[in-house]
Order: sequence, then C-alpha cells, then structure tokens
Amino acid sequence: MSFFAATRRRLMDRLWPWLCAASVALSLLMLTALLTLLLVRGLGHFWPATLEEITLRSGDVVAGQAIRETPLPQKAGNERLYFTGNRDIDGASWRWVDVDNITARTTPADLIRLERAPWGDFIGRLESLEVDGQRLTGQAAWDRLTAALALPADRRPAGQLLLITAEGQTLSQPLSTISKALAPNAMLWWQKTRLWGSSVWQFLSEGPRAANTSGGVWPAIFGTVLMVILMSVIVTPFGVLAAIYLNEIAHQNRLTRLVRIGVRNLAGVPSIVYGVFGLGVFVYGIGGTLDTWFFSATLPSPTFGTGGLLWASLTLALLTLPVVIVATEEGLARIPDAQREGAMALGATRLEMLTRVVLPMTVPAMLTGVILAVARAAGEVAPLMLVGVAKLAPQMPVDGEFPYLHLERKFMHLGYHLFDTAFHGEDVQAAMPLVYATALLLVLIVLVLNLTAIFLRHYFRRQRGNEC
Amino acid sequence: MLASFDSAPASQAPVTHFSPEHCALSIDRFNLAYAGKPALRELTLSVPRHRVTAFIGPSGCGKSTLLRAINRLHDLNESVEHSGNIELEGQDIYAPQTNVTELRRRVGMVFQTPNPFPMSIYENVAFGLRLQQRLPKRQRDDIIEWALTSAALWDEVKDRLHRSAWQLSGGQQQRLVIARTLAVQPDVLLLDEPASALDPISTLKIEELIRNLKSQLTLVLVTHNMQQAARVSDYTAFLQDGELVEYGPTDQVFTNPHLQRTENYITGRMT
Repeated sequence: MSFFAATRRRLMDRLWPWLCAASVALSLLMLTALLTLLLVRGLGHFWPATLEEITLRSGDVVAGQAIRETPLPQKAGNERLYFTGNRDIDGASWRWVDVDNITARTTPADLIRLERAPWGDFIGRLESLEVDGQRLTGQAAWDRLTAALALPADRRPAGQLLLITAEGQTLSQPLSTISKALAPNAMLWWQKTRLWGSSVWQFLSEGPRAANTSGGVWPAIFGTVLMVILMSVIVTPFGVLAAIYLNEIAHQNRLTRLVRIGVRNLAGVPSIVYGVFGLGVFVYGIGGTLDTWFFSATLPSPTFGTGGLLWASLTLALLTLPVVIVATEEGLARIPDAQREGAMALGATRLEMLTRVVLPMTVPAMLTGVILAVARAAGEVAPLMLVGVAKLAPQMPVDGEFPYLHLERKFMHLGYHLFDTAFHGEDVQAAMPLVYATALLLVLIVLVLNLTAIFLRHYFRRQRGNEC
Repeated sequence: MLASFDSAPASQAPVTHFSPEHCALSIDRFNLAYAGKPALRELTLSVPRHRVTAFIGPSGCGKSTLLRAINRLHDLNESVEHSGNIELEGQDIYAPQTNVTELRRRVGMVFQTPNPFPMSIYENVAFGLRLQQRLPKRQRDDIIEWALTSAALWDEVKDRLHRSAWQLSGGQQQRLVIARTLAVQPDVLLLDEPASALDPISTLKIEELIRNLKSQLTLVLVTHNMQQAARVSDYTAFLQDGELVEYGPTDQVFTNPHLQRTENYITGRMT
C-alpha cells in the first residue's frame, strides 16, 4: 500500500509541472492564434486579389474576387461568396454562387478593377478610353488610363471610359470619378508586393472614405496616440504625487490603509462608469461652465460643453490613476530606508531627499505604472463614446491654426473606428477586412507605446545601475 | 591628559566627566521612548573631542537609538518621545531654534549597511556639498579629492569617479559613505556598526580609517564587536537596558571594569 502511495506521490510530482506548462502553452497558442488571425485577415486585405471569371450552368458569366466558401444549408456541396462590385448595375456587390453550378473558372488577364467615388468598385473590362479627343482601345487605353491616374487629381485630363461587365453590359464612366485602376491578373508578384505596400501606406496615411468602410485610418491613429499621450501627461504627475503622499507623508494608520484599499479598488470600476462621470462632471459640469464664462458668444452651440479631446484624456487619466498610484507606491516602498536616512543624515531636507535620491530611484516603477496605464487607455472605447470620440471628425485636433492643439475638438479613435466599421457600415462584408486591419493596428500601437515606455524604463535602470 | 577621571566607589557606576573645552557632545539625563516603551533612561554621558568613543552593549540596549538621537533622525518617527538634553559644543540640539539640517551636517552618520546613492562616486561625495552651497567646480573637485583621500578611497576610485557607486565592493562603499559624510566637514561622526556587514579585511581598513580620522573630528562608534571597540576606541560606554552602566577609558573598562555587570558582558558571561 505504501509502495503505491509513494509511487502516486512521485507521479504527481512529475505531472504537476506539465500541468503548469500546458497552461502556458494554451495561453501562448491563443495569443498566437489571435495575432495570426489579425495579421492574415488584416494585411491580406491589401493584397491585390486575383479576379476570376466564372461561367454558371445557367449561362451567366460572373467576374469577381472569391472571398470564402461555406457549406450549403440544405444540400451537399459548398457555396462561394464573390465580390463582384458593380453595385450600380447589379444592385449588389456580393454574390453567392453554388460551387456545383460553376462550369468554367478562368482568370483572364484583361479583367480590371476600378475604384470609383460613387457606387464603389467596378470589376470588368476596359473597352475604350476617350481622352483629348482621341479614342483609345486595348493596351493603349489601359496605359493611358494608368498614366492619367498617376497624376495628382487636379491635373488629370477629362475623359470618358467605356466599360463592359463580364455579362456584357456596357457602362460609360467619367475618368474624374476613378481613383485607382488595377489589373491584378496581369501583375507579377513584385508588382503586387509594391501595390500591397502602397495600399498599406494609404490605409495608414489617409482619411476614411465611404462612411468608414474604405480608405485609411490616419485620423484615428493620430487621435488615439494624441489622446494617450495627453492622458499620460495628465495622469503621471497626479499619480506620482498621490503615491508620494500615501507612502512618504501620510501617517501610516487605518485611514491611510482605507485610502489605499479604495485606490486599489478604483482600478476595478467598469470603465463606462468613468465615462458617465466624465460626461457629467467634465463635459456638462466644467465644460458647460467654461462655455458660459468664456464662450458665451457662440452659445447655444457648445465649445467645451461637449465631448472633446481634453475631456476624453481627463476621463482616461482618472481611469488609469489607480494603476499609476499603485505602481509608484510599490516602487517607493521598495526603496530601503537606509537611502532616505543617508540623505537626511547629510543634511538634506525631506524635499531634497525625495527629489534627489528617492524619486530618481522610483522612475522605473513610475514608468511601469505609465506602461500599464497606456496599455489600458489605448484600448478603452466605452468611456470615450460618452466624452468625445467621433465617428468622423471633420478636423484633426492638431493643425496649423492657432493655438495648434485644439483640446475642445472631437477626435477619432481606432477602437471606436473599429466598432463603427464593424457594426454601422452599410456594407459589412466590405468592412470586415478593414476591421481586422484596424484591430491589428490598434494592437501594434499599444505595443509601440509600451515598448517606448519599456525602453525608457530600461534606460533609467541602466543609468542607475551601471553607468552614470 | 584631556580627561579628568574621577574614580567612584566600586558599588556605583563610575562617572567620567570632561571639562567643557574638551567636550564635543554632552548628554544630560536623556530619556527616549518608542510608542510609550522606554528605550533610553536618564542617560548622562559626555563625549570627548577628537577621540573615538565606543558604545557597546547587548542588542536592544539602546546604543543605536542614542546615536540616532544625536543626529535627530528620530524626528521622522512620530511615536518617539524624548526628554533631557543633548548638547553639541554647548548648544542644545533639541532647542526649537535649532536648524535640523545644519545639525545633521555637523553630525555625520554612517550606517550599518553601506548606503551609497544610485549615482556616480563623484556625485555621491558631492551630494552633501551641493545641498550646502554652490561651489566652483574646481573647489568642489578639491574637496571631493580631499574627502576621498581622508576616507582612504582615493587611490582605488580616482580613475572611475564617474562610474556608479553601486559597482564598488561593500568595504569600498562603506568608505565612500564615510567620504561623503566627511565632505561636508562635520564636527562629529557617528558610526553605527560600520563594519558589521563587511569582510575582515575591509573591517580592518575601516578601523584604521577611524583611528586616523580622530585628528580631524570626534567619532562615536556603536559596535557589537568587543575586540573592535578595544582596538579603535579611546573611551568606552557600556549600555544595558537603556541605561549607562559604565563609562571610562577603554583600557580601564576592558581590563579593570568597576562593575561586575560590565565584566560579565566583556568576558562573555552574559546571559
């Protein structure tokens, strides 16, 4: 009996590390899956996809980009979703096709895809191009078209395109409505790569179009980063001062402990509650008062009395304050009293002791707090919806107009942009890849902000520990 | 002879007095309590100038407490109450008009564990100087070299003054802390078991340093190590349970103590 008991004990001792390892492996797996999904779906969207031309059993010819396949609900077999564009002709940009009904599937090199301002993409063929009184056809028309589109929008010649869809319908399209033309089936891989790079760049550097379902996210990136930086600038001094008070100045009694528990618990308050507080106190309370004092000329249209960059930053600063306080306090508590006494014994006042010895040593801990705060703030969306984020901000919060930084303006935010694109667009199918791309970007921005803070922390640690 | 030594009846604690001109510190019926618990009782003692005075006694006897009281480091702790006088060069250090930071400059303190600041060696020594006044760099450099030389550290660190002080060994760090204190030119240097965290060789260096420093200032040493007290100090005070038991020249206290209690402690028959 005791032999079995001993064996069991030994077995358990062998097994438990594997249990822990399995947990780590599972977490890593899920994280990898998340990032892979975002990477593939997000970045894949910008790859110039092959256009197919399919012939159906009914005789219909369809041109488009194959998106995905799902099993048919009633019978065996799959149905495939095609992005066909041409919303002005067909009434829809998407078409489900029963795979069994496809009799031919080709990828002709002359299929083109045009990005147009109204009606979205066109997929079909270019019949002719009329420009400068000339009528061009075939390769010459295509070359002339791409040359014209390479020019800036205001210097493009006026012209008219004659287009034919895969089903044979013709369409006359003014050149001025077209923003991009590509013939992906005729492209080589390096041309595609270059196009992919420029599409990613456009996504990053341009403003959104077509009710956020296409175009770029630059205003949202800018808004997110600016808001997080403002938030850090506000929260760091407050958090650090509060932590200094709690750890260095306050008497360590029951009240201090109560305050400390309170601060720690504030970190767990749902973020939307902070949004409500921000709306009530910052926007309506302080903002409304500011408006009656300084901006009464423009009332009833509010200046500060509506959501804006400042109120959003303040609300998030409030939200992340406990994180900074707790991290800084832990940093202060780790500093040995010998350091404090050493400074005092040399004739330093308490302020000198704090500013010259204790606080420099606490900088890494403070930065840890800021890292956590940034990570939390960059991803918050719920409170922002109440205090100043906009679906589409007409102006950037920073511009060349005095005072350059416009704290009262509404701003765009990647998190909210993501939410809006995913659920409020007209064409959710078209927006989904953008949702993945935006999500990937949000993750990357949080990562970059964190890495910056980690680098700073490392720098200060090095400076303290090795080289001065 | 600096000290006028009165020998007292053998049944009582003998008292050593120094005439005011030879006395750096005089402690008069000093009491101190932590949160109501007495730590020092009716302590009366005077410390001679330019001599090394050692406080010995079992753990918890109040010797470190006394040392910290001389530097007013207890001010940070609200639960500490005290009464009686401590006079530095005839001035009551607990008088309301006393400038505490100036007092702490005049009474330097070195702690048990070396506590250099997370700065360069140079900045560590300059720390106290920078608090006092703005000196021209040349003059500051001279003082720093002098302080490091006095602390017998200059030769070891002169080539890496701008490296972090935390890279030094424990013994070097402790000598750096002494140099840092010397740089502000204190009158009294309090050493709270300065060698207890160090290896024997570093300990010897610190002891030699203490002996050399007494030409410049008054030193008060708290130590657990009886041999150390015997080696470096000129006068020894034996404290027990917050009271001064015996105080006299080190030779006499160690070789011919007046009281049985002292002898028991020194010979290790203490329970």
